[in-house]
Amino acid sequence: MNFLYLKRARVLISILFFISTLIIFLNINEWLTSKSASVITYLQFVPSLVKFLSVVGFSTFGFVFIIAVTFVWGRVYCSSICPLGTLQDIVSYLSRKISRKKNHFLLKPYSIIRYSILCLTIIFLISGSLFLLNLLDPFSNFGRIISNLVRPIVFYIRNFISGILESVNLFFLTPADLKNIDLISVAIGLTVLIVVVAFSYKKGRLFCNTICPVGTLLGIFSRFSIYKIAIDESTCKSCNLCERECKAGCIDKKNKVIDFSRCISCYNCFNACHSDGIVYVNTVKTNTLGQQTDNDDRRRVFIKSLLVYFASLSGLSIAQIKIIPKKESTVPVYKKFPVSPPGSQSISQFTSSCTACHLCISACPTQVLQPSFLEFGFLGMMQPRMDYYTSFCNYDCVICSEVCPTGAIKNILPEAKKLSQLGKAVFVKDNCIVYTEETTCGACSEHCPTKAVDMLEPHKNLKAPKLNNDICIGCGACEYACPTKPYKAIYVEGNPVHLVAKKPKIEKLEQKIDLKEDFPF
Amino acid sequence: MNRREFIKKSLATGIMSGSALTFGSFSHLFAYPHRSIFDKPFDLVAIKGGEPDVMFDTGIKSLGGMKAFIKKGQTVVVKPNIGWDTSPERAANTNPFLIKRIIKHCFEAGAKDVYVFDHTCDNWKRCYSNSGIESAAKEAGAKIVSGESEGYYQQVTIIKGKKLTDAKVHELILESDVFINVPVLKNHGSADLTISMKNLMGIVWDRGYWHRNNLHQCIADFATYRQPDLNIVDAYFVMKRNGPRGVSKEDVLTLKSQIISSDIVAADSAAAKLFGSAPEDIDHIRIANEMKIGIMDLNQLNINRIKL
Repeated sequence: MNFLYLKRARVLISILFFISTLIIFLNINEWLTSKSASVITYLQFVPSLVKFLSVVGFSTFGFVFIIAVTFVWGRVYCSSICPLGTLQDIVSYLSRKISRKKNHFLLKPYSIIRYSILCLTIIFLISGSLFLLNLLDPFSNFGRIISNLVRPIVFYIRNFISGILESVNLFFLTPADLKNIDLISVAIGLTVLIVVVAFSYKKGRLFCNTICPVGTLLGIFSRFSIYKIAIDESTCKSCNLCERECKAGCIDKKNKVIDFSRCISCYNCFNACHSDGIVYVNTVKTNTLGQQTDNDDRRRVFIKSLLVYFASLSGLSIAQIKIIPKKESTVPVYKKFPVSPPGSQSISQFTSSCTACHLCISACPTQVLQPSFLEFGFLGMMQPRMDYYTSFCNYDCVICSEVCPTGAIKNILPEAKKLSQLGKAVFVKDNCIVYTEETTCGACSEHCPTKAVDMLEPHKNLKAPKLNNDICIGCGACEYACPTKPYKAIYVEGNPVHLVAKKPKIEKLEQKIDLKEDFPF
Repeated sequence: MNRREFIKKSLATGIMSGSALTFGSFSHLFAYPHRSIFDKPFDLVAIKGGEPDVMFDTGIKSLGGMKAFIKKGQTVVVKPNIGWDTSPERAANTNPFLIKRIIKHCFEAGAKDVYVFDHTCDNWKRCYSNSGIESAAKEAGAKIVSGESEGYYQQVTIIKGKKLTDAKVHELILESDVFINVPVLKNHGSADLTISMKNLMGIVWDRGYWHRNNLHQCIADFATYRQPDLNIVDAYFVMKRNGPRGVSKEDVLTLKSQIISSDIVAADSAAAKLFGSAPEDIDHIRIANEMKIGIMDLNQLNINRIKL
């Protein structure tokens, strides 16, 4: 039977997924459309699973499909769909081009580590925290690497090229600045990238088979796959070529056994074998294949370490934000709650479904979405928040809700979004220019889309801001526009649960215009 | 200055300059030798009752056409107000039909390139496209340029500024030969009204500084830096309240008017009256008049009033 086409198909599919995922995360010149994103992310395992936990519907069945495929052919996801997997393949492909080391070899399964990590992740998940999943999910990690590390570099290059083009009077490539680069996310992204690159440079897919919880979970399912890759002892010539090509290091040529729980279905072995010694076997019919034994589970250890972990973290999670003064200080601004994106319904809904893949951050046209640090607590690190110091939310825009692959930001229509109150404005009189400088300002009111802050409060011969929080939607335009330094005179306090704002009152203007009338001058 | 004095003075000036002409060939100093120098050109044109593009056709004709402002081969920057992500009928941005027609006139006058940009308040791409200005400008052949990257802005000194002594100004303003300012007349929560002078806030990078340091004074200060060669005030749809962004279409009146002048203060003064405000009540117009940036008193001007 000819299995040779399998590898070619796998390479093609993985490159398609890799490039399309790369493009949506780079989102240069706002190419990203909500449709393209939802198609491309549909099959991503963790986002789809997390979405399923909060929204059940056809849009969340991607992970079911992946599990079904795993039960039939093994971990196809890991080699074809997972962008971090493809990144590792690229690295190990290059490493074999560069270094003298040409071969892969059999690796130990490190089962204690991989099952411990998986169990811990699941325990965290059950206890309501996505912390570990966020740190380890390959899709989200890939997203963060692209969004936080690669995107700034691409922007820089794009701006450089656009500068050259504009100097010769071509204006189709427009430059744009990234308003904020979040160092924590850069650091974490860089760490993960280094780890992943190091693992794949040295040992192929070791990362996927020891650290990645998705790999381990699918590995468990693939033990029960209908079709498994196996060595056909009747044709195998013990030439060792397959083991050398095996990125996962799961072919034990000596015993002629393949550990299918670690096999990532890359199909390299089919092409390596000169004697049809590698075959896909229907295990339902033939039950002759060797299986490896499981290691003991170390449940007790997890629970103990978990308790210690939680105890040490609970203190950190109540950290508040304090904006550090740079110049003269006025009245410091302390926020009790961060602001979660429109459509996320509540902070708890958001933090319990967001895997911090940062696709919304790449998609956000105003860059108001920025990775959080401790605003959502330590366990919510890197989950995006509305950062009104950097930008503000566009009144008519709902793109974050359309691209979110996990359902943390639920689909919201623009009309509903315009009334979705993410937070409420708070006015700090003693910071306001109108009171401190006694000159006109009104930047807050200018930017307010509903006139929830209007210049109606008389102060001497000036007008000062006046709030009407019934119609405030917490978009942050006022906070962003407020020119006072270092503390703002108006800021948005997040609503832990999003509320519905009232519609701004719209009265008809009396239109008495006589175009025949003379000019007033 | 009353009328009699005015006639006397202008006659005296006329005689003096006329006799001066006899001493040498000064004719090249005047862009329009076909027009008698004793004909006083209009300082300001106000038009009413037509569509934005038609009003502009009529108005610019009475100022001698676009050729009076643009020489062949020059580059032109057109600066509309594109500050907000709203549709044209909301009147938060300059009317796209007017922009399109202005660009057409620029090219007819021989402009080499016409650039359009604004440093927007809302997300710039959405502003450019939803205001209708991006497509209108592109159809007319202009180049749409971003104002979003700090790299475009260069530090300049404002010598005559009292509060605002330096600013970072978009390079198009520094490099283009002709600067055409096309504000939309509307109510403004901070500056009372936003017209020509306030529209110049969209060519600088840091607007927060203005807000912190006496906004009206800064607006007037900046007008001393580079006055636009032409100010075209779009008052077709006029936002009467809730400016500068507006909340709904109900904030807008259809005034079907337009004001064109090279004098930025005069243009703002006339536009303020059109809006129903006294120009001297708008601080930045009053200050600009005191700083002699232009003439607020419309009685001193030769105004062409056109009703279509």
